Amino acid sequence: MFPVIRKSAFVLIFFLTGTLLMMLTVIDAMTKQSSTRDSLNQRAMLVKEFGLSDLALSTEARYTRHLTLADRHSAFQDHPTSFDHFPSGSIFLPPSQLTHD
Amino acid sequence: MIEFFRKQAYLIDFTMSSLLRRKGKNFGLLLVYTLIVFMLASVMLFSHSLRKEAGIILQQSPEIIVQRLVAGRHALIPAEYIQKMGRLRGVTSKKGRLWGYFYNPVVKANYTVMAPDHLDLSTTEVIIGAGIARTIGLGIGDYFTMRSNNDTFSFQVKDIIERNSELVTTDLVLISPKAYRVITGIPEGQFTDIVLSVRNPREVRKVAEKLVQKLPDIRPVLREEILRTYDSIFAWRQGIVFVLLIGALLAFVIFAWDKASGLSAEEKREIGILKAVGWESADILHMKFWEGIIISLSAFMLGYLAAYLHVFYSSAVLFESVLKGWATLYPQFKLVPFIDGLQIATLFFFTIFPYVVATIIPIWKASVTDPDAIMR
Repeated sequence: MFPVIRKSAFVLIFFLTGTLLMMLTVIDAMTKQSSTRDSLNQRAMLVKEFGLSDLALSTEARYTRHLTLADRHSAFQDHPTSFDHFPSGSIFLPPSQLTHD
Repeated sequence: MIEFFRKQAYLIDFTMSSLLRRKGKNFGLLLVYTLIVFMLASVMLFSHSLRKEAGIILQQSPEIIVQRLVAGRHALIPAEYIQKMGRLRGVTSKKGRLWGYFYNPVVKANYTVMAPDHLDLSTTEVIIGAGIARTIGLGIGDYFTMRSNNDTFSFQVKDIIERNSELVTTDLVLISPKAYRVITGIPEGQFTDIVLSVRNPREVRKVAEKLVQKLPDIRPVLREEILRTYDSIFAWRQGIVFVLLIGALLAFVIFAWDKASGLSAEEKREIGILKAVGWESADILHMKFWEGIIISLSAFMLGYLAAYLHVFYSSAVLFESVLKGWATLYPQFKLVPFIDGLQIATLFFFTIFPYVVATIIPIWKASVTDPDAIMR
């Protein structure tokens, strides 16, 4: 026979486990930050070597692939009144130099 | 003190029994609540970590990229612009670059083709990004073809860029400058853009101003602008996702409010019975407080932990289709976890506080009413 656990004890154990796991995520993040420092530096060195300016998150349109190099008219590439037809164009804001004039 | 804890333990026992009596409803509520916290926490963790990583790696991007604009569009820049720039104080190097895009209609993928002059590449060799290798199924020594100007060019894959840098190199194709000019038809003496190195970061803006004065048809893109773009873009993206989530959040508010304000007959009867057997209003409020805490804190913990696993252990798979759009190439990357304590604290507050308040207020109204009237 298993001992009967009071419901309040179960709640307490549940929340303590949850808190412990949340603390573990912080420790995990800190550990990964230090263990991946070399790989981050490696990425940074590649950026330096090839003079890269952007993340390759969206490769469908040139103005979302190289967001920082987009000109003011990138989205209207076919016609001055044509709509932007790439989905990622609705997610990315224009580069800061065009919005901070 | 012990008496206080003992009383709270009994109240929690009772609350749990009460919650378990309406299993379906309460588990449904917990599920919806957890999903909302999961989505919000995923967006927060993903955008913050991506922003941090972009800030670290793009710190090495060129100090100044000079583009030439014709009719508002980016155009090729003549090599003589390097001479026209003249001697600029603080500038340590000026270099023309060749790069552009190539669309492969077979796999419907866009490549970024670069022709760096410092690599030891023959005209028939390429180095490709891991994303391209994965999508087409190429390995070192295989042949990679590009069709242009009615000709097909074959290159042997000399190397594949390391997988752990996919976030910046997934779609890169590196070829020799000579091969690039043949494929694209860009004549000698023309470049895609020019990059400048500046010794002192404080002089960058001044150099850019001088450049624009000398060459009015150019546009300098500064490193600080690149960093600012990535710093604000994720904030904005976070914003747009929040806009989308507002619908879900409002639905949840209505759900919680309906549950809280329209007490079911069973709940009213329960309160009436408790009052009739001697419970005080304060005890009932305590009990309902625990009910709110158990549901909202559980949702917060489960939602946050699921979001952490989703973002950092499954490469934020749910966001892939949103970012990918119509593209076929998408980097496989594992973000380095960076947690913003303030964001999590804000999420904690907005998860727990409104729900507990929305649960307690109507109960307080019911608990101060005469038990006989409630039970009728």
